[in-house]
Amino acid sequence: MSIETNEEFRPKIVAFCCNWCSYAGADLAGSSRLSYPADVKIIRVPCSCRVNPMFILRAFEKGADGVIMCGCHPGDCHYSTGNYYARRRMTLLFSMLDYIGVENGRTRVEWVSAAEGVKFSQTMNEFVEKIHSLGKNVRLEDLRCRS
Amino acid sequence: MYKIAAENLQALFRKIAADQDLYLPVKVSDQVNFRAWSQDAEVCLDTLKTVKSPKDAFFPQSENLYTCKKDEKNISIEPQALQEKNFVVFGMKACDVQGVKVLDNVFLSDPVDTFYAARREHGTIVALACHEPEESCFCKVFGIDCADPVADVATWMIDGELYWKPLTEKGEALTKAVAELLDDGDEAKVEEEKTAIRAIVEKLPYSNLSLEGWGQEDYMDRFNSPVWEELYKPCLACGTCTFVCPTCQCYDIKDYDTGHGVQRYRCWDSCMYSDFTMMAHGNNRNSQMQRFRQRFMHKLVYYPVNNNGMFSCVGCGRCVEKCPSSLNIVKVIKAFENQGGEK
Amino acid sequence: MQELINRAKELLADGTVARVLGWKAGDLPYNPEPAYFETEESLKDFVYNGFCGANLSKYMIEASKLEGKTLVCLKPCDTYSFNQLIKEHRVDREKAYIIGVGCKGKLDIEKIRKQGIKGIESISGAEITDEAETLTIQTIYGEKTCAYKDAMLERCHVCKGKEHKIYDELMGESKETKDADRFAEVEKIEAMSPEEKFAFFQNELSKCIRCNACRNVCPACSCRKCVFDSNKFDSAQKANVDSFEEKMFHIIRAFHVAGRCTDCGECSRVCPQGIPLHLFNRKFIKDIDTFYGEYQAGEDTTSKGPLTNFTFEDVEPSIVAERG
Repeated sequence: MSIETNEEFRPKIVAFCCNWCSYAGADLAGSSRLSYPADVKIIRVPCSCRVNPMFILRAFEKGADGVIMCGCHPGDCHYSTGNYYARRRMTLLFSMLDYIGVENGRTRVEWVSAAEGVKFSQTMNEFVEKIHSLGKNVRLEDLRCRS
Repeated sequence: MYKIAAENLQALFRKIAADQDLYLPVKVSDQVNFRAWSQDAEVCLDTLKTVKSPKDAFFPQSENLYTCKKDEKNISIEPQALQEKNFVVFGMKACDVQGVKVLDNVFLSDPVDTFYAARREHGTIVALACHEPEESCFCKVFGIDCADPVADVATWMIDGELYWKPLTEKGEALTKAVAELLDDGDEAKVEEEKTAIRAIVEKLPYSNLSLEGWGQEDYMDRFNSPVWEELYKPCLACGTCTFVCPTCQCYDIKDYDTGHGVQRYRCWDSCMYSDFTMMAHGNNRNSQMQRFRQRFMHKLVYYPVNNNGMFSCVGCGRCVEKCPSSLNIVKVIKAFENQGGEK
Repeated sequence: MQELINRAKELLADGTVARVLGWKAGDLPYNPEPAYFETEESLKDFVYNGFCGANLSKYMIEASKLEGKTLVCLKPCDTYSFNQLIKEHRVDREKAYIIGVGCKGKLDIEKIRKQGIKGIESISGAEITDEAETLTIQTIYGEKTCAYKDAMLERCHVCKGKEHKIYDELMGESKETKDADRFAEVEKIEAMSPEEKFAFFQNELSKCIRCNACRNVCPACSCRKCVFDSNKFDSAQKANVDSFEEKMFHIIRAFHVAGRCTDCGECSRVCPQGIPLHLFNRKFIKDIDTFYGEYQAGEDTTSKGPLTNFTFEDVEPSIVAERG
């Protein structure tokens, strides 16, 4: 399942996962021994709605090459409606990033339930591959954070 | 006195830029600011005032001071290198040159600011006389003659020719370096231009502003005046006036976490901001009125009291043009003028 | 204008209002400043002309905390901001006596300067009673004229209309000034390639000096403490250290007012570097209109804002990539 990583570029991916579905989904992926690249760093949030647009930009600032947000499927939010608000926010934010010339595809939203270990691992593999093809994030990085 | 035709300026810039950096008014996205010269830069020498003052050349809005790097268990500290390359700032106006002198008093007196001192040492200022001063100008009030700027080299743009006069050793050196491009110029033409400029300055609405009562040791009456309470009201507490000003010199020092270490940097601060001089116990100016008053008292009272009467306003008029609420130092000076009996 | 002053005097005299919030004549022909007037006598400095662009709704946030009513002069576009502030409980309707003043388009002194007009001594044609066709400008370099239209703020070319959305009484004539499509500029950018878009914004934002004028003038930016003023961050709200900082600031600034921004255009008016900041806000407005249905913030005081609302059928964020 794992993708071929080239020596020069190992993308840094930040995944915001909601505590109730997606984080459990990631857990299931792990306990089911499904693999996804170690380049994905998961940050657990109480709900996808907790993800402030600034979190996404900060991640890029500090050197992320791609940012993905995962939450419960619409209708399944632990807090009933959090992910509906998150959906609107992310749609607008992604559209803005596209508007200022950040490559499409560096950001993604995926709904992953606690039972979808397979989907989680698939999604992450796909996303890492996508970021790999896009290359290093240079349009939203803070040069000071370059190592 | 030398001169060079306007169409040869590009060659002059190329010549200067060959062995040093060159900063001059460049238009980007419709606004003219001092930026580094490049072959395809749109140079605008006829712009009277750049949006930002050229103080950036000596005191940049942000600059790194040192960098800490963490590598496993080792921490290394690397000081920021000082300016080593010579550079030329071309086209500064008389008021902006005076602005640099105001900064000199702050940064070159003990303890010397080494970053600033290095830039001053390596920088050559080519000043340009103001061909057509505008209504927001009031440099005359501070004894500045925009017709006859005092810098390393003074220049005048007259009828498509740039007249060039070196005034200091640095200026002579620069003149020597570009000598092949210069012809001999006629002093009389420059005198004529100076007279014309001075005649215009006389007509400007702010030229006869009175500074009476400012710059005096005995300032508590002014400090406690109820006038401030009225004046500050429309202030939005933005930093426009401070950031376009050629003499504002306050800065803040911050640490930036790079993920693999820390960069300590300094950046301009504005007394209009709520976190200005913020300390552990909080802030010693906790209302906008106090912050507003600080800016003008500093420029017109504290600074001159500490610097032999030299005001830290040079009358460039940028705040007059740029304040979102149309407040500015002139309105402050006038408000106290109307106070009559006030000290 | 005299009519307005007289009415203000009346309302001050009979105690209906404790103060008047309007504009005070400046010392140059084009720099009136927002001001409070508390006595009939002080109203001699009151002015209302083409240069009174400031949106006084912003000042009503503070004025709402004062004792007694404040008479505030609002132009049609300012009333949208006031409505929005009521919705957000940031102003008190009971504390305001709103005179809806007419508007014939507001002027931008920078646009006059851009035409090479300098050394300005006086300007005629900018009074509210004037036809708003031509400006005659006396300068120390001779008399100049300028079409009123060519000196108008960008926002007036895409005016939302002459109608005041909230008021206690109306005074003065307004004029239709709209002659451009509000989203035309946004569409132009959308049609660019990612490289062109990036270069465009990089150039524009390279001018930013982080003065925060766009934020501080914005009626929607009414947080008691802005997230950018937090001393918990390692990047300062006032430092333009890296080009990322400006991008982050401007995206978040616009995002925080998305769905609440009435497109009053104050941000672009005050930017000392002439950055077209409305292009950020309008992009959000355009997207909201497209994805969630047409919405005009400040149209009313009760409707739910698009970002505090949702439907089950909302588009997925992947639409951004899919629409290409």
